[in-house]
Amino acid sequence: MKPAQGVIAPQGLRTGRTVLDVARIREDFPILKQQVHGKPLVYFDNAATSQKPQVVIDTLNRYYATENANIHRGIHFLSELATAEYEETRNKVKRFLNASESREIVFVRGTTEGINLVAQSYGRRFFKEGDEVVISAMEHHSNIVPWQMLCEQVGARLRVIPMNHDGELLLDEYERLLGARTKLVSVAHVSNALGTINPIGRIIESAHRRNIPVLVDGAQAAPHMKVDVQELDCDFYAFSGHKLFGPTGIGVLYGKARHLEAMPPYQGGGDMISLVTFEKTHYNIIPYKFEAGTPHIAGVIGLGAAIDYVSGIGLDAVAAYEGEVLAYATAQLSTIQGLRIIGRAKEKASVLSFVLEGVHPHDIGTVLDREGVAIRAGHHCAMPVMQRFGVPATARASFAFYNTVEEVDVLVRAVRKVLKVFG
Amino acid sequence: MSELSELYQEVILDHNKSPRNFHRLADANRRAEGYNPLCGDQITVYVKVEDDVIKEISFEGSGCAISKASASMMTDSLKGRTTAEAEALFDRVHKMLKGELNPGDDSHDLGKLAVLSGVCHFPARVKCASLSWHTLRTALKREKEVASTE
Repeated sequence: MKPAQGVIAPQGLRTGRTVLDVARIREDFPILKQQVHGKPLVYFDNAATSQKPQVVIDTLNRYYATENANIHRGIHFLSELATAEYEETRNKVKRFLNASESREIVFVRGTTEGINLVAQSYGRRFFKEGDEVVISAMEHHSNIVPWQMLCEQVGARLRVIPMNHDGELLLDEYERLLGARTKLVSVAHVSNALGTINPIGRIIESAHRRNIPVLVDGAQAAPHMKVDVQELDCDFYAFSGHKLFGPTGIGVLYGKARHLEAMPPYQGGGDMISLVTFEKTHYNIIPYKFEAGTPHIAGVIGLGAAIDYVSGIGLDAVAAYEGEVLAYATAQLSTIQGLRIIGRAKEKASVLSFVLEGVHPHDIGTVLDREGVAIRAGHHCAMPVMQRFGVPATARASFAFYNTVEEVDVLVRAVRKVLKVFG
Repeated sequence: MSELSELYQEVILDHNKSPRNFHRLADANRRAEGYNPLCGDQITVYVKVEDDVIKEISFEGSGCAISKASASMMTDSLKGRTTAEAEALFDRVHKMLKGELNPGDDSHDLGKLAVLSGVCHFPARVKCASLSWHTLRTALKREKEVASTE
């Protein structure tokens, strides 16, 4: 992309006349009214975690203040109430992902646990020595390490889909990696370090032609675009609640019922059993088989509120708006001499990684912080990606629907200040 | 002076741009690698020790301005010192970085290293400034191959 000189935001973005009423949306997020170091907070670290709307905060409060009880066991009013809300959230998630059945929705701690669950349960049951799992060169550590652990346990092998210098997967190479030994493909929907939206549909189609199941790491996709697991036809899809404007410590693993049924439990404990004697234990049906112990009930109910909130705004509108903000930010930052954007895929979402000649990203982060701008500086838990681009780290601005082009202007001014300090 | 300009003082920016003793040391008899998993800073410290005295010291690696400048100033300030003196100086530097001592007090013998005192206003950066020192300690003790700030 050529550096665009003096880019002006589309009039709609400036005046707030866009697909979204962002000024009103911002009112829903109390934290955004804050100042840091005496400057208005510009929160551009949404890929790490998103902020929470008041309705999510209120829901957690209400649950603990008036509904708290354990679920699936009490024969009393509060327990029935909490159970109903917990299970209603499962239905909400089912609709959110357009899954065909709510028993295909397993509550986990987050994307990481979802992937570990599949690696340890599905992987250990179905992988044999010499089998292969295919991941991509742009995976987060949480979609690398669980597979390495599995490989070590069963003697399987990790294969990696390479990418080009723009940060796009090489699909021809991918096709060549698929073979008789491939037991599973596990790829990110959207890269957390580069912002690339991967052609998940095509990746799944190719794998399915050879009867290979596919897990999609949706941590960075679910908050930014509509996900339809039936249309994608993915076998597993994992995402985190805290990146979707919900509480931390809660996430979702979607799995096709036939896979979940064939898989052994991940952890043992209460709620995942139907009958226990000292001789033998009968496991509960799915999804409960995978939800051992008292779950994060408040988190689940809070996630339900977050899903209602995001669905109310509409993910198509979110994707369209964020696309405009990303394009504006990309154009503006490109005008800065010595700034290199890492990740220039044609299809990108919400993430803008960059490096500045002669200035370490950590130093960029510190100067920006003093201007009130929160970004991430580091390897983004994707060290192989950093290696691929020959940088130790990047600075990463990542957007949500409550961000504005005016905030992007603050970011650009702050980056210019970095250059002044390190001139 | 703002906290930011206190952090990025001229001396620090200068050491970042032209780090001193920034090379491999062929005849080093102590060597360790340091790594800050948080930000990807990587450093190798080389030391030549004779009779418990640091005869030569140098470093290599990549990192932010703070970690690079700190490593550069560390090598500058340790040549000719005994290993015990180096240890003791690290303790004082560490205290300074955490804001636990007044760098203006001459008795601390911090010399030029006192310019790093601004780091204490940036808790996230203390590890950057102490990485080279942790690595040096590992090299001197030969405890293990790789030092970490974690």
